[in-house]
Amino acid sequence: MKAGSDEGSRREFLIRAARAGATLALAGTAGLALHDTSAPTGVTASTASGPPLPDWSLRDDGPRLAIITGRDRRRTLERSIDALGGIGRFIRPGDRVLLKPNAGFATPPDLCATTHPDLVGAMVRLCLGAGARSVIVTDNPVGDPATSFRLSGIAEAAEQAGATVVLPRESLFRSLSLPGSTLIRDWPILAEPFDGIDRVIGICPVKDHSRSGATMALKNWYGLLGGRRNLFHQRISEIIRDLAVMVRPTLVILDGTAVMRRNGPTGGALDDVEIRNTLIASLDQVAADAFGATLLGRVAGDLPWLGMASAAGMGTVDWESLKPRREAVD
Amino acid sequence: MRIVTVRRVSQIFFLGWFLWFCAVTTFGEGRFQVRGWPVNLFLELDPLPALATTLATGTLYAGMLWALATVALTVIVGRAFCGWICPFGTLHQAIGWMGRSFLRGDRARVNRPSQWQGVKYYLLAVLLASAAADLVRGSASPGARWPMTVQAAVAFGAVVLAYLALSRVVRSRGRAAAWSLALVVLWMLAGRVLPGDEVFASTDLVGWLSPIAFLTRGMDTVVLPLLDRTVGLFFSAPRHVQGGALLGILLAASLLANLAIPRFYCRFLCPSGALMGLLGRNSLWRVARTTPACSNCKACDADCEGACEPSGTIRTAECVLCMNCLPACKEGVITFRTRPSEAGERPLPDVSRRGVLLSLASGLALPPLLRLAGEAGASTPPALVRPPGALPEPEFLDRCLRCGQCMRICPTGVLQPAGIDTGVEALWTPVLNNRIGTSGCQPNCVACGFVCPTAAIRPFTLDEKLGRGDHHATGPLKMGCAFIDRGRCLPWAMGRPCIVCQENCPVSPKAIVLESWVETLREGPWDVAAIDDATVRLDGAPLRPGRVAGGDYLVAVVGTPEPGLRVRDNTADQVVLARPEDGALLAAGARVELRVRLHRPYIDPGRCTGCGVCEHECPVVGLRAVRITSENESRDPRRSMGRG
Repeated sequence: MKAGSDEGSRREFLIRAARAGATLALAGTAGLALHDTSAPTGVTASTASGPPLPDWSLRDDGPRLAIITGRDRRRTLERSIDALGGIGRFIRPGDRVLLKPNAGFATPPDLCATTHPDLVGAMVRLCLGAGARSVIVTDNPVGDPATSFRLSGIAEAAEQAGATVVLPRESLFRSLSLPGSTLIRDWPILAEPFDGIDRVIGICPVKDHSRSGATMALKNWYGLLGGRRNLFHQRISEIIRDLAVMVRPTLVILDGTAVMRRNGPTGGALDDVEIRNTLIASLDQVAADAFGATLLGRVAGDLPWLGMASAAGMGTVDWESLKPRREAVD
Repeated sequence: MRIVTVRRVSQIFFLGWFLWFCAVTTFGEGRFQVRGWPVNLFLELDPLPALATTLATGTLYAGMLWALATVALTVIVGRAFCGWICPFGTLHQAIGWMGRSFLRGDRARVNRPSQWQGVKYYLLAVLLASAAADLVRGSASPGARWPMTVQAAVAFGAVVLAYLALSRVVRSRGRAAAWSLALVVLWMLAGRVLPGDEVFASTDLVGWLSPIAFLTRGMDTVVLPLLDRTVGLFFSAPRHVQGGALLGILLAASLLANLAIPRFYCRFLCPSGALMGLLGRNSLWRVARTTPACSNCKACDADCEGACEPSGTIRTAECVLCMNCLPACKEGVITFRTRPSEAGERPLPDVSRRGVLLSLASGLALPPLLRLAGEAGASTPPALVRPPGALPEPEFLDRCLRCGQCMRICPTGVLQPAGIDTGVEALWTPVLNNRIGTSGCQPNCVACGFVCPTAAIRPFTLDEKLGRGDHHATGPLKMGCAFIDRGRCLPWAMGRPCIVCQENCPVSPKAIVLESWVETLREGPWDVAAIDDATVRLDGAPLRPGRVAGGDYLVAVVGTPEPGLRVRDNTADQVVLARPEDGALLAAGARVELRVRLHRPYIDPGRCTGCGVCEHECPVVGLRAVRITSENESRDPRRSMGRG
């Protein structure tokens, strides 16, 4: 055997050994670098919660509650705004406004399970008329979102008046925590549409509600909750109080023109609806609901969440103390 | 323009329309929504669903009449539908064309006729026989559905078939005739003995395999839902599809098979193609060779889509009129003309008479076999909750094409393709899955009945669905009934207030009614240490702060029958009463317990429509505490749980 051949095989062996060594080194480094001595911990509380929603409430000395009687929602709405000092008090030119109706169910407007489209349209026009740059209308309905917005007439009314309807998509929800709340902790909230918003207006009907006694301005914010929010029904009064703390609107409009007296919150029959011809506009959403309860023949004591929201400093149950402006539109 | 270019333009034109109709099959009045688009046109053009539903039901429903146009086209020129119109065929051809690079040098070989091309004729025989089973039974024991003349014709056909079969086995013609007559007499006697419906029921299974239904189902339950989730463009809200993976794998397999053998599905599986092959037997024009002999270069076979061997004795029923052979022939001896090929023709691939008879018999045996478990009768699976307007199960199965159009149009996505857990026969038919979708069946929606091409879900009005107007006396359409699972329901089993189901019930008056109930908490009892107005201080184990807040909880003296005093809030050792004046009703030293006021849900089966909104909303997220099953469905009075 020639020496050259020996040398060749030695050389080949050394190259092979170097490659094997590199493979071992790579595998060893990767294995040690990625080595994990502790098991995965399973679900951990997320720390990525965003900040809570801003405070949009007005704290001037103007009147805080208007109660207007009349049949025509557009006219009672306009009168109520005038009674509170005019739309200019709430909307300034260039404002971005978010309107939160109750678009909960895929039912026609005359069943009054959802905010009446006339009212949505009129409110949008008032805002745009006062110079608002844009108006967003959004809600996370119980029923199929697209169908609910369409069938309730809210989508069409809002779009015709010049607003943008934002249907809830998964990407619009952010996981938020409300400080001090045991319920709203890392919970998906329809928060994205509120980004850059200057004014928030809640606009909803007065309805019977099986679990909470009534659903009005405070319970309307339930529509901002995402996820399997139904589990909050086990602690309904607390979630309503927490929602009142979480969302502090510029104004709430409570529509008692026709109220759902029973079978709430879905209704489903015209028999469930009673004509009361009353519209409430308020800067104090607790006071609005306290008065709204009377339209359902209920008192504040029947609705524990009113007292709890009041105790949390979110308004007064004693609506008469606000010296409401009471006017009638024939 | 070359004929092949014209054919490609035609294919792209029809594929474009098909995809457009798929895209706009969504609920609504928008530009990209269903409006008045004839979204079922291609399903209706396919002659197989039309023939099978006609055999099964005795009528040719509405738009299915379009099938006659395809029949006319096929009778005159052969399988032009396959080569020029069918969107599934176009996709197969396109993928096969893309796969040519895998097959370089072998193209003529993979495009040679194969004995397996006969399979689709056997499949056709099975499907048509099972669709016609009730008609065949009618020929034995005349029923009301078919006129006597039709039944007599079927009986005569059965005699001829029996004779044809026996003439192969029995040598003497006279004896064969005697045997077949004896069989027919036996058949007539069997007709007296065999029970109707359950055994010799017809079932329309063509939707599993007929190409347009196959592709529409693939689009509606796989492609579009995936696009909704990713691209989102002008489709529906994102939704899930139960069994979507299997549906997707089958669609992908049917398309990828073209990489191995072009037009795999068309050649071996498509029963509609087989039917059109038979219809086109006497076509007036056909692809033909103008000379008895040629150089035998086989260039014409290289791109033959139908694998019908234009270089030799052409299989006319297999030719899909792709026309690739015309320009391929260097000698110019292949043409499209009225005279048959000079090289001879064979109408069909190798299809044996015995095989066809066996397939027909298998088809007749299929419905009784599929119904052995009684799923369409006594043993209806409880989860088989059909959409409103669905016909009674046997008639439903006579029509449903499993095309998925109802599932696509459903605005909440609650309609889902059934898996085999509800019976093999019901595979991919629409059922409600209330856990999927954005809500249950919406009370104010009639979309599924509006879109169904065969009226398996018949058209119904809102008045009928809600039991209004003329339908007041019959009441609303019911899909089933809700049942409370008391072992899982929070107020029933776990002492927690809930009633989400009752609240969301869209029926007025509500079909879920509540009964008030007061239950003692397992914490406690305590002695009252002190009372200060509304604040009651308790002596003993501490409470979790907020444990009894909210107004659902009560404090009561142990042993008293009265519910107790309402609590507003609590700290570790204090409870705050909701009404301050109630404090006077308790005395220090009294032994008290905490109670919870619950509302327990009950179902009123008279009012429940089975819409499933309660099941969808139930906070018990796994196996829901309120669930819909198919009892009480309007479409089958025998499944009613009671009268009145």
